[in-house]
Amino acid sequence: MALYDSWRPSFPPGKRAEEVVLRFDRAREPRLLLLPPLFDEHNKTRHQCVETMRKLDAAGVDSFLPDLPGCNESLAPLESQSLTLWREAAREAFALFRCSHVLAIRGGALLAPPRTPAFFYAPAQGRPLLRAMLRARTIAAREAGRDESAEALLVEGREQGLELAGWQLGAAMIRELEDAEPAIGAATRLIEQVELGGSPLWLRAEPDSDPRQAEALARIVAAGMLSP
Amino acid sequence: MKASFMPGQTAISTDATAPSRGQIDSVLRAILRDVLGLDEKRVEEFSGDTGLFGHLPELDSMAVAGLLTEMEDRLGIVIEDEDVDGEMLETYGGLLAFAEAKSVEA
Repeated sequence: MALYDSWRPSFPPGKRAEEVVLRFDRAREPRLLLLPPLFDEHNKTRHQCVETMRKLDAAGVDSFLPDLPGCNESLAPLESQSLTLWREAAREAFALFRCSHVLAIRGGALLAPPRTPAFFYAPAQGRPLLRAMLRARTIAAREAGRDESAEALLVEGREQGLELAGWQLGAAMIRELEDAEPAIGAATRLIEQVELGGSPLWLRAEPDSDPRQAEALARIVAAGMLSP
Repeated sequence: MKASFMPGQTAISTDATAPSRGQIDSVLRAILRDVLGLDEKRVEEFSGDTGLFGHLPELDSMAVAGLLTEMEDRLGIVIEDEDVDGEMLETYGGLLAFAEAKSVEA
């Protein structure tokens, strides 16, 4: 029942890009926009996100996983993106797919449209995400015999952007990540790792999946959507 | 699952007293289990000489960065850039000694 389709978010500003969206759409009432983790954490959890959508489909919930500009299969350059642009794309996707709820995981929570009914699974702030990527770069540099300081890199990054752990981040993205916080409101249901059991998959050194965690996450989300 | 040893959640309690060596060892093994996706038994077998960074191909710089961030969160320590060198990351014993030294500082 999964279908790859396309959608057209605003990018570059004033124009429209063409991006891929994975949809489990049977025109049902409960409709969920999935905002996955960002950057490296996205790669590690992609399979798990789609597995969760399959379980949600079985539980009677339609779900949508749109590529944001610069992510996954997008042709748009990542270095031109910012959290502001991604928030706008998330807002457009929420409206376009007539979603009723959002499920945001880790850094995805930084993009969730405010005041929408949402589930935030282990929401992350921007700063620690940026810090981990800076650290990965300084560790790799040290291994290669170069000495780089995270502080100096950050100063450079705020002005010119930076390549961090293989991700080409623009200056706007770096500046916004530094103080981005998930917008947790009255309509936000927080989901913690203990509720799913197992260990967080974004921590794994290699991409991995866990059907039991996907089942538990889908059950919590479906229950919240079907009987609010 | 034992309630006192929940994967992904094992952390030092925020008591005023410094954590014991045994506690630090348990937390560190739990973090490695989460990062390497190993079961409890495999990680229990780690000795001081077990090779980590540079020995396990899956433990790349991004995975090490995640591991250090988890150590900060779960052990309540701060790890500076200058602290991170090949020696502390190379073996389980090196990482444990580093975590113990940092916990005394914290």
